Amino acid sequence: MTCKNKFVNTPTKTESSVDMPVKRGRRAPLELVLGLGLTAVLFSLVAISGWLFPDEGMGMDLSARLLAPFHSWRHVLGTDPLGRDVLARVLVGGQVSLLVGFTSVIGASVLGVIVGVIAGYYRGYWETFLMRCADVQLALPFILIAITFISILGGGLFNIIFFMIISQWVQYARLVRGLTLTLREREFVLAVKAIGLGDLLIIWRHLLPHVKSPIIVLMTLNIANNILLESSLTFLGLGVDPMIPSWGGMLADGRNYLQSAWWVSVFPGLAIMLCVLGLNLLGDWLRDKSDPTTEH
Amino acid sequence: MQALFVVLVVTLLVSWAVRLTGDPSLMLAQGAGSVTEQDLANIRAHLGLNRPFSEQYIGFVNGLLHGDFGKSFIGATPVVILIRDALPATLSLTCCALLLSLILSIPLGIQAAVNKGGWSDQLIRIFSLIGLSFPNFWLAIMLVLLFAIVIPVFPPSGLDGPLSIVLPTVTMGIILTATNVRLVRTSMLETLSAQYIMVARSKGLRESVVLYKHALRNCAIPLITFIGLQFGSLIGGIVVVEKVFNWPGMGTLAFDAIAARDYPVLQATVTVLALLIVTVNFLVDIAYGFVDPRVRTR
Repeated sequence: MTCKNKFVNTPTKTESSVDMPVKRGRRAPLELVLGLGLTAVLFSLVAISGWLFPDEGMGMDLSARLLAPFHSWRHVLGTDPLGRDVLARVLVGGQVSLLVGFTSVIGASVLGVIVGVIAGYYRGYWETFLMRCADVQLALPFILIAITFISILGGGLFNIIFFMIISQWVQYARLVRGLTLTLREREFVLAVKAIGLGDLLIIWRHLLPHVKSPIIVLMTLNIANNILLESSLTFLGLGVDPMIPSWGGMLADGRNYLQSAWWVSVFPGLAIMLCVLGLNLLGDWLRDKSDPTTEH
Repeated sequence: MQALFVVLVVTLLVSWAVRLTGDPSLMLAQGAGSVTEQDLANIRAHLGLNRPFSEQYIGFVNGLLHGDFGKSFIGATPVVILIRDALPATLSLTCCALLLSLILSIPLGIQAAVNKGGWSDQLIRIFSLIGLSFPNFWLAIMLVLLFAIVIPVFPPSGLDGPLSIVLPTVTMGIILTATNVRLVRTSMLETLSAQYIMVARSKGLRESVVLYKHALRNCAIPLITFIGLQFGSLIGGIVVVEKVFNWPGMGTLAFDAIAARDYPVLQATVTVLALLIVTVNFLVDIAYGFVDPRVRTR
């Protein structure tokens, strides 16, 4: 959390200096406020959804089918064709999306960072082999292969997360390798080597802290990306179990009732959009902060 | 060389993967009423599924080299004919979407770069972020809701007259524009700070000539590279959007094939799309030479 405070303070400091930084300082807080606000509100609503709606959006009430939104307090966002509350399902459905988004990104980054550090620090055959794998993987049309594989192995939470990890570790590996290549030649690495520190300690204490911030930026943007990916797979019927409420699944259901009940498909889509928008804003702001070259 | 290798890996992965999807003989036999084990074995033998995988794969690659993708398990239509019907639909959608996004993103990106930090820059930036956050299938559904149901101007799905391409094109075009605008903006900012732009301005050239003739040509390289790089995900997006609009292209063909366990069709669609992506990336390399004479001399 200390790093957050550091970031919050920077724009006010730069604001007083000349010309360009003023513009930068003016823009950054807007992104930060919007991004943090959106994600904080959505994440906390999703987090307490189990407590707000004890039936987890599964309770059917066939006498209250397809109620329009904003008409009663019982069903603020209306009900779906089975009389289930849309608000409850949107919030509970968020749990799946966030779970997939976060676990897949954590898994991919851990794998990618390990591979990238090994390739960049030890070089040699390892590097050639791992980076060839990465090249081939980057050139493959991955969505198509994902669709093929998931249609075979069946959707399910675990398979989707697994597949996202397999398809995304490459990005982290390449990023970390590139950074490690230059870092390992720096004097401070030579210095700690001279002291006689072991490789693992050098990597952990002296290399990883330097690659931390670009990794965090990539992770933030990828969480957003993966939430989108999960919802499109679920929408196509290749994702999580249709019985579990999820944003993509709700959209697929609601599509058939577009003429009579627009709210069933509008609200889950809106939830995806706001969630991804918040994360993108945060990611953008983080990137601008950590990489001054993108700003000019 | 790398491209060939990628295509080989793709074909191998796909033909291995599709065979895990389940036994098509069961699906095919379902309509026939009572089925014996012998019937299933006959169907497998007829489709060549009882041969070992390596033999099936070599047969597939061999056919591929001769432009023969085999026959669909369902109805025995040659797969080449199915692809011949579906590919133009996908390609026209892709080209229209790319064109729309270029028409929108170049002027908008330049506008944002020129007024860096101004209100139009802010507005374009926010709109592009919103566009980036749209799930493409949801945008498709919303466009159908607005322009086919509430205001019935365009047909909601299928390929029915020239108007039916509008909604799918707009869906993909908006999402592409969102990414391209940011790219045009950043590379334009970089170009505008170059000295030759200052020279062009001080010569007294009109601003539009400076921007569109001098600067734009120099930002073309990152833009072309990026279009090549995102072509894979563009195709992925189009596959999804096709499904929503029931557009008779490669995506719909692939999904129907998955549902029906129609190996030859699925195998062929994925391979053709992979070939398409590899070809586009190859063309991108060639296009550098046309855009930037410095690349030619190197």
